[in-house]
Amino acid sequence: MLDASDDGYVTEDGRKIGGVVMEMKNITLRFGGVVAIKDISFDIRQGEIRAIIGPNGAGKSSMLNVISGFYVPQEGEVWFHGKKRPPMKPYEVARQGIARTFQNIALFEGMSVLDNVMTGRLNFMKTNIVQQAIWRGKAEAEEVENREAVEKIIDFLEIQHIRKTPVARLPYGLKKRVELARALAAEPKLLLLDEPMAGMNVEEKEDMSRFILDVNDEFGTTIALIEHDMGVVMDLSDRVVVMDYGKKIGDGTPDEVRNNQEVIDAYLGVSHD
Amino acid sequence: MPDQLIFAMEVFLNGLMAGVLYALVALGFVLIYKASGIFNYAQGVMALFAAMTLVGIMNGQVPFAHLINATFGTHVYTFGWTVPALLAIILTMGVMVLLAWAVQRFVMRHLVGQEPIILFMATIGLAYFLEGVADLMWGSEIKTLDVGLPQGINLWIDETTYNVFGYGFFIDNLDIVATIIAALLVAALVAFSQYTKQGRAMRAVADDHQAALSVGISLNFIWIMVWSVAGFVALVAGIVWGTKSGVQFSLSLIALKALPVLMLGGFTSIPGAIVGGLIIGVGEKLFEFAVGPLVGGATENWFAYVLALIFLVFRPQGLFGEKIIERV
Repeated sequence: MLDASDDGYVTEDGRKIGGVVMEMKNITLRFGGVVAIKDISFDIRQGEIRAIIGPNGAGKSSMLNVISGFYVPQEGEVWFHGKKRPPMKPYEVARQGIARTFQNIALFEGMSVLDNVMTGRLNFMKTNIVQQAIWRGKAEAEEVENREAVEKIIDFLEIQHIRKTPVARLPYGLKKRVELARALAAEPKLLLLDEPMAGMNVEEKEDMSRFILDVNDEFGTTIALIEHDMGVVMDLSDRVVVMDYGKKIGDGTPDEVRNNQEVIDAYLGVSHD
Repeated sequence: MPDQLIFAMEVFLNGLMAGVLYALVALGFVLIYKASGIFNYAQGVMALFAAMTLVGIMNGQVPFAHLINATFGTHVYTFGWTVPALLAIILTMGVMVLLAWAVQRFVMRHLVGQEPIILFMATIGLAYFLEGVADLMWGSEIKTLDVGLPQGINLWIDETTYNVFGYGFFIDNLDIVATIIAALLVAALVAFSQYTKQGRAMRAVADDHQAALSVGISLNFIWIMVWSVAGFVALVAGIVWGTKSGVQFSLSLIALKALPVLMLGGFTSIPGAIVGGLIIGVGEKLFEFAVGPLVGGATENWFAYVLALIFLVFRPQGLFGEKIIERV
C-alpha cells in the first residue's frame, strides 16, 4: 500500500493521496563533528499529512530546516515536484511554494495580525517598486485582490476578532494560529509545521488539530509536521517518519509505527544488557 | 507688544526652520536603524557625498580627475558641458543606489548577524572611506550648489509682520522651502512603508529575519532598498544644506547634530525625528537668545548635547521610541 513507486494510495478514512511531491534522498547534515541527520530518505505525497516524530535531539527540526532551505545538507538530494532542487536560499524555497511555521513562533511582532498575514501574499504581488510607489490602478487592484484572499483565511482560522491587533499583544495559542494563517496565505504546495502544538494546553491542541485537518481537507494542502506529542501525531497523520539520533528508525502508517519494536525502544528506553 | 517678545517670536520661528534641517538628517538615521538595527554613522557623509556628486554632475566635472591626470599625464578637468538640475538630481540618485548596492555587497553582507557595535564600527569606517572617495572624486574645494531653490528674505512675511508688529521678521525663503520638502518627504516615507508591498516587506525584515525569509523576502534586496532610501534622504538633506551653506566637508559634521535629535525623538520613530529636530532647533535658538548674553554666548554649540544628556537620564528611549521593557 505504501510502495514509493505507485501513484498514490487511499487512506483509512477514504481520502485519495496522490503522487510524490517532495522526496528526500540520502540526506546527511553535519554541524562540525556532530551528525544531525544521517543518510535519511523519505517522501511526501500530494494531499497527505506527513509527520516526522522522534525524541528530543533526534534531528526533526534539522530535517524541516533542510526542506525549507535554512540548512543545506552536505550529502543527499532534495527533489521537489519531480525536479532535483539546487542549493537554495530560504526565500527562494518559499517562492517555490513551500511555507512554514516555526517552533518558537517567528511573527512580525510590531505589525497587526492583518499585516502579518498579508506578508504571506508578497509573492503574489507582482507590481514593481515604481508602480507601488505611485500606488495606482494595477497596484491598488492587486492589493484589494490579495486582501480578499487574506480575509478568507482569517475567517477560516477564526481570528477575525483580532485582525487589527498588534501581534505582540496576543496570547501564545493565538500567535500560533496567526503564524499558520500567514503560511496559508502563501497558498503553499507544501506546508511545513514545526511543533504546531508545542506549549499548548489540551483545548488549544484540539483547536490546532482541527485546523490542521480542516486545512488539509478544505484546500487539499500537503502538510509535513514535526511533533513530539505521540498521541496528537497518531490521530492526525497519514504516514509517520520516526527519527532517533539523526537516523530513520521507522516509516509507515501510525499503526505500523506504533507496533515497530525499534520505535517503542526509542520512546520508552531499552535496557542494554 | 514688547520688543523683546516680538524678537523672541522671530527667534522661535527661525529655530523651527533650523529644526527642520536637523530633522532631515535625523530621518536618514531612523530609516536605517528601524530596518536593520544599524546606527549609520555615515549618514552625514552620505549627504555630503550626494551634494558633491550633484554639483560635480551639474558642472560637468570629470570624476577622479586628479587621479586620471596623475596616472596618464593628461589635463582633463571638465567635460565642457553642464547638466540641468533635475536630470543631475536623477543621475545622483542613481549613484546613491549604486552606493547602496556596494555597501550591502561589500560591507554589510559579510556582517550579517554581528553585534550592533560591530555594525556601528563598520559604518564609521564607511564614513571615512566615503569622505576619502568624495575628495578623490570631486576635489576638496568649497562649491556652491544652486538647483533653483529660492533664497533670501521672504518679503511677504517681512511686510506682513511689519504691518502687524511694527517690526519685520527675517525668514529665509530657503528655510520655508526646506520645511515643505521635509513635510513631503515624511509623508512619502510614511505612505511607502505603510501602504506598499515593499514597505511591508521592509517592516517585516526589521521585525524578524527568519520569518521574513520564510515568506519569501530576500533580505539582500530589502537592505539595498533601505540603503537606497537612506541615500535619497541624504541627497535631499545634501541639497538643502548645500544650498544653504555651500558644499564643503564640514557638511558631514551635521550628522553629529542629528545625534541629540535622535536621543530626544527616539531612534525608531519618524515623527520622533521631526519633533526632536524642532525641539532642538527652537531650544538652542531660544536658549542662545535668553541665556546666551549672560554666559558669553556660543551656547548653540553645546545646548543640544546637554538637553540630550538630560533626556538620557530620564527617558532613555526618547519621546517616541519603543518602550524598553526588561523581563526579570
